[in-house]
Amino acid sequence: MSELALERPRAPKRAAARRSNFELYSWLFMRISGLALIVLVLGHLFIMNILDGGVHRINWGFVAGRWASPFWQFWDLSMLWLAEIHGGNGLRTIIDDYARKDSTRFWLKIVLYVSMVLILAVGTMVIFTFDPGISAN
Amino acid sequence: MSTTASAATEAAASDRAGASRRQGTFYRGDPGMWSWVLHRITGVLTFFFLFVHVLDTALVRVSPDTYNEVIETYKTPIVNLLEVGLVGAVLFHALNGIRVMLVDFWEKGPKFQKPMLWTILAIWVVVMIPGAFFMMKRTVEVMFGGH
Repeated sequence: MSELALERPRAPKRAAARRSNFELYSWLFMRISGLALIVLVLGHLFIMNILDGGVHRINWGFVAGRWASPFWQFWDLSMLWLAEIHGGNGLRTIIDDYARKDSTRFWLKIVLYVSMVLILAVGTMVIFTFDPGISAN
Repeated sequence: MSTTASAATEAAASDRAGASRRQGTFYRGDPGMWSWVLHRITGVLTFFFLFVHVLDTALVRVSPDTYNEVIETYKTPIVNLLEVGLVGAVLFHALNGIRVMLVDFWEKGPKFQKPMLWTILAIWVVVMIPGAFFMMKRTVEVMFGGH
C-alpha cells in the first residue's frame, strides 16, 4: 500500500448515536464571528494605532473618555467575547491536531479553558465596573 | 483490486515526481498549505497577545498612574515595532479568513483559491506600507529628538 492511504478514513471514533453537531456549529461560529471581528478588530487597530497620533495619545484619560460612551463599551465587549471564543476555539482545534497523548490533550485544554474564563471575566468586569471617578483620588 | 493498486502506484510515482505533483490533487506543498500554516501561526500569536492586552487594560481599574506607566511601554520603539507586527499578523488573518470563507461558500472559491491568495497578499502589502509608516512616524520622530 502507498504511504498516502488512510486506514478506514471514515470510521467513526465513537458510536453514531453519541455524535453531535458540535463541530459543525463551531465551524459555522468561526466564520460568523470572523466576519464580525473583521470590522471590530480592524476598526479597533486603526483607531488605536493610526488615527490622531496613534498609540502616543493613549492614556488613562483617553480610555475613560471612550468608555463614557455606551457605543464603545458595547464595541469592546462584543470584540472581547467574540475574539476570545474565536481564538479559544482555534487553539482547541490546534491542541486536538498536535497533542499526541490523551492526557496532554486533556491538560492543555483545561489550561486553555481556564485562561478563557479568566480573560472573559476580567475583561467584562473591567468594562462594566469602570469608574472614571478614581482619577480624583 | 488491480485498479486500486495501480492508482496507488501512480499516486506514489507522482508524489516522487516533484513538480508534477503540484498539478494533481495534492494539497501538500501548495501555496494553499502555506496560507493555512500562516493562518494558524498568526491566529495563535493574536490569541496570546489578547491574553496580555486584556490584563494590561484591566489596570485601568487599579489606578490611573499604574495604567499610564504600563501603556508608556507601548510607545517605546521596540514595542511599537512589535505592534506593527501584530497589525500585520491580524491583517493577514482577516484577509485570509475572507479567502477561506469564499473557498467555503462561493461556488468558484476552490477554483480561485490560489489567485485569491496572491490578491490578499497584494492587499496586505498595499495596506501595510502606509500602515507601518503612520504607526512608526511619531516614535521615529521622538527617537531622533523631534517633538
